[in-house]
Amino acid sequence: MTGPTVVEGTAPPAGRGAAARLPGLQDAGERLAGLRRAAGTPPGRLRLAGAALVALLLLFGGTAARQADRRAAATDRVVGHSQPLSRDAAEIYRSLADADTTAASGFLLAGDEPAGLRKRYEDDLATAGELLTRAAARTAANSEAQHRIDELSRQLPQYAGLVETARADNRLGLPLGGAYLRYASGLMQNTMLPSAQQLVAAESGQLDEDFAAAGAMPVAALLLGLAALAALGGQQVLLFRRTNRVFNPGLVAASAVVLAVVLWLAVGGAVASASLAAGRTGGAEPLRVLGQARTEALQARAAENLNLVARGASDSYGKRWQTVTGSLGGTPVPGGGRAGGGTLARAAELAPAGEAERRLDEAGKQFAQWDSRHDAAAASDRAGDYEAALRATVAVASDTTTEAAWAAMDRQLAAAGEAEQARFAAETSGVAGGYEALAAGAAVLAVLAAAGVVRGIGRRLAEYR
Amino acid sequence: MEAVPAAAAAPALAPSADCDVTKSAPPAEDPDGAAIRRIRQRGSLVVGVDQNSFNWGYRNPRTGRIEGFDIDLAHAIAASVLGDPEKITFRTVPTARRIDAIKNGEVDLITRTMTITCERLKDVAFSVPYFRTGQQVVVPRAAKVTSLAAAFKGRRACVAAQSSSEAELKRDPRGTSAVRVVENQLDCLVLMQLGQVDTTLTDGSLAAAQAAQDPTVQVLDEALSDAYMGVAVNKGAPDLVAWVNQVLAEYRAGGGWQRSYARWLAPTMGASAAPYLP
Repeated sequence: MTGPTVVEGTAPPAGRGAAARLPGLQDAGERLAGLRRAAGTPPGRLRLAGAALVALLLLFGGTAARQADRRAAATDRVVGHSQPLSRDAAEIYRSLADADTTAASGFLLAGDEPAGLRKRYEDDLATAGELLTRAAARTAANSEAQHRIDELSRQLPQYAGLVETARADNRLGLPLGGAYLRYASGLMQNTMLPSAQQLVAAESGQLDEDFAAAGAMPVAALLLGLAALAALGGQQVLLFRRTNRVFNPGLVAASAVVLAVVLWLAVGGAVASASLAAGRTGGAEPLRVLGQARTEALQARAAENLNLVARGASDSYGKRWQTVTGSLGGTPVPGGGRAGGGTLARAAELAPAGEAERRLDEAGKQFAQWDSRHDAAAASDRAGDYEAALRATVAVASDTTTEAAWAAMDRQLAAAGEAEQARFAAETSGVAGGYEALAAGAAVLAVLAAAGVVRGIGRRLAEYR
Repeated sequence: MEAVPAAAAAPALAPSADCDVTKSAPPAEDPDGAAIRRIRQRGSLVVGVDQNSFNWGYRNPRTGRIEGFDIDLAHAIAASVLGDPEKITFRTVPTARRIDAIKNGEVDLITRTMTITCERLKDVAFSVPYFRTGQQVVVPRAAKVTSLAAAFKGRRACVAAQSSSEAELKRDPRGTSAVRVVENQLDCLVLMQLGQVDTTLTDGSLAAAQAAQDPTVQVLDEALSDAYMGVAVNKGAPDLVAWVNQVLAEYRAGGGWQRSYARWLAPTMGASAAPYLP
């Protein structure tokens, strides 16, 4: 940033005179030459430098505003779109799995099925249907997620029809009812739930992308800001050498404003990034694992019920119980209990301290209770006492069944989920607003800085007249 | 639940004429037999049954009790061995696990529409036959099929895994376009109602049970092969086999067999029991 300042300072009139002696030149080549000659003169050069600075500042302001605006939009998508969609997808999965489990409970109780259980099944189907419709409206056509939604929307009424046939046959006392229910459950477990799982994965992927876009540092704007600061500094050094005046108020003001915007960008970006990360680690990510724990628990419950529905016609449900509970609570160890390290333990690890952590701790105890009750029921079944196994699994208004232990566990998991959702909302609530303020502020301030440059350079130019 | 193209099925079972499925130990009641003493000591006869074969062995959802023709027979055996028809533990056994359950001693005996075959006689012992049956075909009435050949040709058939019917169709696919193998024969009726299979091959007794649950299907009269159902017992318990044979002789002579038939089977298999008495 040094220049031949001594010579330039002594000969301003010559430049003006040269330009004046050549009027009326009209073609572009001559004009360019004229411009080059004008740039050769100190005021001409100063004017060009001023124009370049203004352009740089406006570019900086525009880039900062655009990048902040994009992040605001991405944050809005996370908070208002992809996180709710991801949550809805998990809820669709949960409702479907819950419907399957509840249908089997009602089937086992047959004529004794309480109205509440029937309502729960119907609510599950209604919730799944409603969320599928909502998700369909908010999901891009022809996307992977949309295909899954279409499939599920088609299969849901088929499933409901099969379950009703099973119930009707069962009430007539026909063993065919059990075969129907197992067929319906096969459709749910082998076709619908995997589709719902793919939907969850697709929505989670979108959430990840939006999180990344929302939390990224505005690198281009920061680099432009630093370049603008350097250029402003260089110009002030030049002017100081030429005029011996230490401060050019316009340029100083412009530098201060640019510095402020750069700091705002850096600090604001970092804070937003941190908030999003906190929302993700404290909310979105734990919610995802928690959702998985809830659905695995539901699948284990369904397997437990269907094993009784099958009445020995199949041993696949016992095997499924082993697999799913192994994933949920860890492999069983000889002599009772489990090795731990399953989905439930991971959900507890990820849970933010406080409410959610406490709930998950409690859920772990309920799972152990359920597990041991299941073993007792299975022992009754093996001993040929089907009625005892049934009573230990589902019974009207009893809190000593495996179903009661599972329900207590599910309530804890649901409460933990609410706590984590609240945490997510709290962490991410100000982020989009911050980005929006940043976008508007950067634009306005960059214009102000440009005005400072115009004023500062203008003062110097006036001195040549 | 896997569809197997009929052409790919290789003959796994050769029909063997080198055994007599109607032959069993002579009837005898020996209170000092090892198996009888073990059962009496335990105070309960453990019987492998099915809970899904309508009118043969099924759990009545209204009473919660396992009932049917096979179950009556099990009660008669318990009454004879232990003096009380209720001293009995029913253990449900999937079709595919019947042989294993007998071999590893999970159950004392099995009364579960089990046909006596030379293949099975290699692994377990059987009582004398207590019911005469055969492989029969169930088809929707709407299909208007009247012959066995037409029931299979170009149609999708359904059989239970590890059943005599599966072996039969493996041996001779009879022009079926596909064979669906399921865990329980009743799954075939579900698939037939849903239009996923066209024809079901199963033991005549179970075919009748299917027709009893769905009046829109019918059992073709023509049977594929003559077969007998017997009570399966561990090979190491000849005293129990002899005891069961004694019970069966008395059961038939005393009219118990006929009463049970009239109660459970006559409504769907016909008033006359003569074709089914071995």
